[in-house]
Amino acid sequence: MAEVKPLDAKPAEAKAPKGMNMIEAINSALDTMLDRDPDVVILGEDVGYFGGVFRATAGLQEKHGKTRVFDSPISENGIIGVAVGMGAYGLRPVPEIQFADYIYPGLDQIVSEAARIRYRSVGQFIAPMTIRSPYGGGIFGGQTHSQSPESLFTHMSGVKTVIPSTPYDAKGLLIAAIECDDPVVFFEPKRIYNGPFDGHYDRPVQPWAKHPASDVPKDYYRIELGKANIVRVGEAVTVLAYGTMVHVALAVVEELGIDAEVIDLRSLVPLDIEAIETSVRKTGRCMIVHEATRTSGFGAELSALVQERCFYHLEAPVIRVTGFDTPYPHSLEWAYFPGPIRIKTALEKILKD
Amino acid sequence: MADRQSTPKSNLAPLSLHVPEPPSRPGDAPDFSHVEILKAGVTPRPAEDSDPAAMRDHAYGLVRVLDDDGAAVGPWAPKLDAETKRRMLKYMLRVRAFDDRMYRAQRQGKTSFYMKCTGEEAVAIPATMALDRDDMCFPSYRQQGILIARDYPLIDMINQIYSNSADPLKGRQLPIMYSSREHGFFSISGNLTTQYPQAVGYAMASAAKGDTRIAATWCGEGSTAEGDFHAALTFAAVYNAPIIFNIVNNQWAISSFSGFAGGERTTFAARGLGYGIAALRVDGNDALAVYAATRWAADRARTNKGPTLIEHFTYRSEGHSTSDDPSGYRAADEKTAWPLGDPIERLKAHLVASGEWDDDRHEALRTELSDEVKAAGKEAEKNGVLGHGLHQPFETMFEDVYADMPWHLREQMEQALAEKDAKWPK
Ligand SMILES: Cc1ncc(C[n+]2csc(CCOP(=O)(O)OP(=O)(O)O)c2C)c(N)n1
Ligand SMILES: [Mg+2]
Repeated sequence: MAEVKPLDAKPAEAKAPKGMNMIEAINSALDTMLDRDPDVVILGEDVGYFGGVFRATAGLQEKHGKTRVFDSPISENGIIGVAVGMGAYGLRPVPEIQFADYIYPGLDQIVSEAARIRYRSVGQFIAPMTIRSPYGGGIFGGQTHSQSPESLFTHMSGVKTVIPSTPYDAKGLLIAAIECDDPVVFFEPKRIYNGPFDGHYDRPVQPWAKHPASDVPKDYYRIELGKANIVRVGEAVTVLAYGTMVHVALAVVEELGIDAEVIDLRSLVPLDIEAIETSVRKTGRCMIVHEATRTSGFGAELSALVQERCFYHLEAPVIRVTGFDTPYPHSLEWAYFPGPIRIKTALEKILKD
Repeated sequence: MADRQSTPKSNLAPLSLHVPEPPSRPGDAPDFSHVEILKAGVTPRPAEDSDPAAMRDHAYGLVRVLDDDGAAVGPWAPKLDAETKRRMLKYMLRVRAFDDRMYRAQRQGKTSFYMKCTGEEAVAIPATMALDRDDMCFPSYRQQGILIARDYPLIDMINQIYSNSADPLKGRQLPIMYSSREHGFFSISGNLTTQYPQAVGYAMASAAKGDTRIAATWCGEGSTAEGDFHAALTFAAVYNAPIIFNIVNNQWAISSFSGFAGGERTTFAARGLGYGIAALRVDGNDALAVYAATRWAADRARTNKGPTLIEHFTYRSEGHSTSDDPSGYRAADEKTAWPLGDPIERLKAHLVASGEWDDDRHEALRTELSDEVKAAGKEAEKNGVLGHGLHQPFETMFEDVYADMPWHLREQMEQALAEKDAKWPK
């Protein structure tokens, strides 16, 4: 069953410790796993001494040592390839790819190797790695620091694809991913590393500290992969989203006062199909929001599933709100981004249909 | 897992993993004691048609022309007239003035990002001057000097950096990811080292067509770890491509010292030897040495003697980019401790020593260039800065994705325009 954990609920107690932002939560997950499991190792460009260009691994080399957390040559196929070999030995590597946009040189080692090693060796060898990588736009990063390539990975069999939307989820999901014996691509929405984002780029940024999901336990906990989170319960329309877009969609729904049910998928493969079906059967309408380009995006898969499984409950065509089918532009970043206006237009349409 | 350590060979010492560590870190005194600096003028100059195997030492030595007194010495000293050397100095000063101004512009919020090449001005500029104007360059992001040396208008560079309504690249690319076919400057990619095999392909095409143009490409020492680097060298060797590979060894790749690209074991120039490619290792802060080495490699390529790999031994004096603060990973005053000095000061000293230049002219030129860059910046700002209204029309986002716009992009373009009207009603 999906969890129901409203993103905007007040914390249970008012004690509210300082809270963690998403980077700190990821760092805490890595630290926890390095402590718990001597087979966990971290490698990637600039992750060692410096602690990563986004600081996700800050302090970990100092604490856990150079043979557990280390810098790598700038070679993404090398990084993933050696992680396959480390997995073959029995380690549990957590490679970082500095930006999702730079994962492509490592694609062959993911697609042809990590994703298939269990199958082709009948389980003699596995690739229990978790590839962490910041993804998504909204930081004026231009076309090579903004992409959302998740559907490349959901399209291939053998890899799991996980995308958190809060500090709390980031830690719990990352721990589950690291413990998982399959290769996992763990995409981190870099736009919301420091605070949730309502899609209004021209308004001041809110820090995570004000958000209940910044209340992240220091200790070990996990969130099972394949369990969605219903962040808002509603009757009028089901909104499926993940990563940054959960917050943007939720903000639009609240602003418009629409009784939408907003589901944070959290993991695309495995997918919480039950949560989706239950919700769409109830609302009769389904809107899918992602930042990635539209054509052959994960929204297409979701749309097909909803149509196959909930057709007789649908009162309107499934609608997708996505990035445009262009490279991510630099200056027109906010014209590209599927922001409040695009979401609002789609919501109004699906509710009218 | 039970099985993996279950059969220790009891009489063997355990293995250990080597993780490279730079000689100094923040808080330490900078340490370049591992850097061996040959005297200027001592490296012999082989004939341009030498067999790579006969000049192996050049991959481990250091071609240097300018000595400590500013004299140009030894067989590599290029025969350049004073006018050309002054022009070289001027380009180098121009790129430094430009970098300083654009760095500040980013800090003032006029754009998202900037990358300087401070300390590396002698890498791109003399090399470009040693090439023919119609040779094609496939640079990384740190060779803005190529455009400067080919007299690309500063205002167009700034328009690109501001991603404004006059940006020649229509606001599509991250600042400094220039492209100018007209100036023999291939479109810069954000993805490292992709330009390397592309440059080889360009050179192969030129050879296949019986052309006389050659190609040159650049990447950082960190980037040599990418697979594309090795693919490029293999292809160049197989097809004897008329190309110059430049490795800019500025010691750092963001926070990773060159040891993480293999620099602890051998030189980067030596990468060429395994492929049978002629290799030169050059003092990258010595403008005349870079000029001479490039000239040698260009002559070699143009006479069908094949590819050359040049390692430019230099130092990244500043942060990787405006997003980086090197005080977090390297010793504070490495820059001043760097044993090969400042490339501009060295060329200046040479010109002064040979009576072709003086301090007053130098200062006047610096002021002139700083004013020139400032004026270009002001002019460019009239076309807008990033995030302030004056951008390219929304339609441009959808153009050039394909040669012709397919229906789905046409629809999305309409949608973008409707969203624009909704946000800013007419
Ligand atoms: C394929 C790819 N991986 C990683 C990056 C991120 N990145 C950008 S520059 C850089 C360091 C490059 O260092 P080096 O090649 O030495 O060049 P330098 O910056 O020193 O000129 C890294 C890791 C990238 N742009 N592309
Ligand atoms: Mg470098």
